[in-house]
Amino acid sequence: MVDWHMARVAEIHEETATARSLRLKIDEWPGQLSGQHLDIRVTAPDGYQASREYSIASGASTDGDALVEVSVEELPDGELSPYLVRGVEVGDMLEVRGPVGGYFVWRPEQPEPVQLIAGGSGVVPLMSMLRTHAAAGHPTPMRLLYSVRAPQFVFYMDEFMQLAEQSNDSVMLDYAYTREAPEGWARSVGRLTRDEVIKLTLPPEQNPITYICGPNSFVENIAMWMVDLGHPAERVRTERFGGA
Amino acid sequence: MGIFSPGFVGRRRDANPLLPPGQYEVSNFPVLSAGPTPKINLDDWAFSIRAGNGDLKAWNWQTLMAQPIEQFTVDLHCVTRWSQFGMGWRGVSLDVLLDGVDTSTTPYAMAGCYGGYTTNVRMSDLLGGKAWVAFEFDGKPLAPEHGGPARLLIPHLYLWKSAKWLNSLTLMDHHELGFWEMYGYNDIGDPWKEERYS
Repeated sequence: MVDWHMARVAEIHEETATARSLRLKIDEWPGQLSGQHLDIRVTAPDGYQASREYSIASGASTDGDALVEVSVEELPDGELSPYLVRGVEVGDMLEVRGPVGGYFVWRPEQPEPVQLIAGGSGVVPLMSMLRTHAAAGHPTPMRLLYSVRAPQFVFYMDEFMQLAEQSNDSVMLDYAYTREAPEGWARSVGRLTRDEVIKLTLPPEQNPITYICGPNSFVENIAMWMVDLGHPAERVRTERFGGA
Repeated sequence: MGIFSPGFVGRRRDANPLLPPGQYEVSNFPVLSAGPTPKINLDDWAFSIRAGNGDLKAWNWQTLMAQPIEQFTVDLHCVTRWSQFGMGWRGVSLDVLLDGVDTSTTPYAMAGCYGGYTTNVRMSDLLGGKAWVAFEFDGKPLAPEHGGPARLLIPHLYLWKSAKWLNSLTLMDHHELGFWEMYGYNDIGDPWKEERYS
């Protein structure tokens, strides 16, 4: 856990206008649970180092040889993210430590319906959960409400469509565009409202477990609404992206 | 360390001797919590300390405010790597609250919170002017998302040890793991030794 592992950038996928998915081949990787993150460390030629935490987008795995995907959004004031999004190339080496975390995690043995709520790049660990759900052919409902600035910032657009289509109706997707929507989109642009959250999430009567991930103000609001709507606080798990 | 990234320059933020290893400085106050923010009325607020012999000391908001209050300025370090310098707080020192409590048989403590969060600390991290029950930040009552009405504040450890929405402290003769400690975070959490994980 505390050891740094060598990781080779095996594949790079341009995810959005400002984000990239890196698929890493990590030496002696133990695998991961859905929702965990890892630390990436980069060393400049003079020995200066910086490291940051990134959520894992790959589904749960115990296969140490499987590629591990992280999707990195470039932050305006970021130290590592500009390098990971615009500098690093296939074949480059990084260092990785992890996996980390165990609370913001979905395990396939959980029977209850799942509500996922993402703000921006907060969708990354929730994608891991959707991939795990799909790989298990899991029958439980898993519903994603994804708030995003504009179509060019949507992560995993095509794969989400596929996951929903191949899920036997267990996966439902709802997008809320806050600044710009696709042509002909029915919902007017803007931030999610409390009423929309009521309409677009699994009701408390279904006893779902909810995972909310995104910027703090987004998570704070939505988590408060979920509790107001009658979801027990201990069934609402949050992960707040902070810092740069 | 055998690998270098020629294209990486970085910010050289580590030149500051006040920054523990692997940290970078921020000027905002990010929030990281595992669940929704509990809303606690001051009328309902209580804090208690259970000593090793079972004795209970308890405070409500009024009796806490009647304790000697300290104003202090500290640097805080979050395990997610941000550090913030010169943060001004008001609170009651744990030395005051533990005054008269026999801690000789209880080298360990568990902080408990509204919302169910727990974190384990050593008695030695709570005594000697190192820890407070803090209720005011930057001249204002501590906001709920930052742990208000009151949080534990142990600036010399990573911030997850500074439990938000504090409502109890249980002194123990044995060692137990708290919430994040059970999920792989370090038992002690000293930022200067970079004790992030177990």
